[in-house]
Amino acid sequence: MTLLDQFQLFLKGLGWPEWAWYAVPAIVGILVIIVFVLTIVIVFIWWERRLISRFQIRLGPNRCGPEGIFQPIATAVKILLKEDIVPDKADKLIHFLAPIIVFMPILLIFAVIPISQGAVLVDLNVGIVYVIAISSISVIGIFMAAWGSANKYSYISGMRSIAQMVSYELPVVLSLVGVALVAGSFSTVKIVEAQGIPFILMMPLGFMIFFLGSLAEMNRSPFDLLEADSEIVAGYHIEYSGMKFAMFYLGEYGVALAYAGIITTLFLSGWQGPLLPPVIWFIVKVMLVFSVIVWIRSTVPRFRVDQLMSFAWKCMLPLAVINLIIIAIEVLAIPAALQWVMIIVNFAAAGLLVLLWSRLFTLGGGRVEV
Amino acid sequence: MKFERYGLGIAKGLALTLKHLFRAPLTVQYPDEKLNISRRTRGNELVWFPDRCTGCGTCTKACLQGNIILVTHRGEPNKFIVDKFEVDTGRCIFCGLCVESCPYDALAMGVDYECADYRRGDLVLSKEMLSVSEKHKPSSYYRPQFAEALPKQSLLLYNREDGGQKLKLLPLSKRKRGSGA
Repeated sequence: MTLLDQFQLFLKGLGWPEWAWYAVPAIVGILVIIVFVLTIVIVFIWWERRLISRFQIRLGPNRCGPEGIFQPIATAVKILLKEDIVPDKADKLIHFLAPIIVFMPILLIFAVIPISQGAVLVDLNVGIVYVIAISSISVIGIFMAAWGSANKYSYISGMRSIAQMVSYELPVVLSLVGVALVAGSFSTVKIVEAQGIPFILMMPLGFMIFFLGSLAEMNRSPFDLLEADSEIVAGYHIEYSGMKFAMFYLGEYGVALAYAGIITTLFLSGWQGPLLPPVIWFIVKVMLVFSVIVWIRSTVPRFRVDQLMSFAWKCMLPLAVINLIIIAIEVLAIPAALQWVMIIVNFAAAGLLVLLWSRLFTLGGGRVEV
Repeated sequence: MKFERYGLGIAKGLALTLKHLFRAPLTVQYPDEKLNISRRTRGNELVWFPDRCTGCGTCTKACLQGNIILVTHRGEPNKFIVDKFEVDTGRCIFCGLCVESCPYDALAMGVDYECADYRRGDLVLSKEMLSVSEKHKPSSYYRPQFAEALPKQSLLLYNREDGGQKLKLLPLSKRKRGSGA
């Protein structure tokens, strides 16, 4: 029973009209989610800028407010006050719609992420499938932005984006099937409840594949080919400014938050944890995942396009298939009481497979010595 | 057998950036913290030594911009007295030729570098403003005899004793971060 259901029962008890039982909890839930997302996104922007500068032995923004905490707000005000420029040859309607189509699916993802016990907008029984389906929509938005801008750079970026998303969707989905197999459900709430042991221990390989795949899905470094500023300036949002650019910017961090939330839910046992209240645990885990993302961004250089594609198709996809087969066999063969056997077997399998694949898989010929 | 191919290279890189996380930042927050610049800097403003200057005018001839105005009158036997010694720092290119050409070591470059002003006229420096004083120190550019009096340059990457910051761990108090000059 989610909190919204309880709210609905409370309204019924008050004797409100029937339409209000559905409308009022829905509107309240949506507002809560929007406020939650926007607040965390602002914290994320600050946190990324501070953290990445610490990784690079800099200080980062520290002037605006204590430790620069108000810097994202100043940035937002600056962006919103800017003139909205639409290129002459742009496809006006598509150019206008693209930021909305990029941003909306990201908000929709949060409907199925359980922030705390029962604090989920809707407990879909196909939660993961919904997440996969919804999150793929923003690719269309990115391609619309790329096409509508009538700019060669943004068009290249759009093509890259589609190639990247299509390639990385497959291993991500396959690694999620493993999660669903072990948890016995597609519902995100049930998956969190099934994680007495976090699934990161149960399926380290699946976690690695999902983590890297989601880095590619959210266009983060080292997979940020579509906004590679050294090659194609800013990619798909090159012709955007003002409010529309803010939507893209928000979407970029919103999708990072969404995927950090999904990783937390599916692999890091969601809101579960000792001592602290569940919401705090959820936020701590999300920040931890995001910090790792920033850490990777500060370390690993960007892929080339061919490296990106070969990494997806030659490395991640076979590993995801093998991971799925191993987990399927284990779910059939190992009883639930002997889950520690699964942990040992899976860690061994993950190490062995990564070792084997790094032997087989060389980028651009690679070096000869072994 | 080399392990770079097995993901160890990435692990090494990640370990390095993680180590950076615990180092003191190299950022110098300029208006609050200032580093000592090189002692041989060709800083803003010339430094003029009134006792040594004979008013020979070599510096005015050396100046590429024709920027130094020198007016003298004949005084005591065989001596010029300088009435006017003016430099427009707005036009000065800090080439240092006037300093190099001075036969009596009566000119030196300054060490100052914050000389922005609101009026162009304020950039024209008179005899009194150019004269050497406590506040108006000469740099050791072409004048090595002044080097001792100046503080050593603080280097960022090495020379730990002089305020460099190599491998210094992050101090907990905010004030100590980036201990420049």
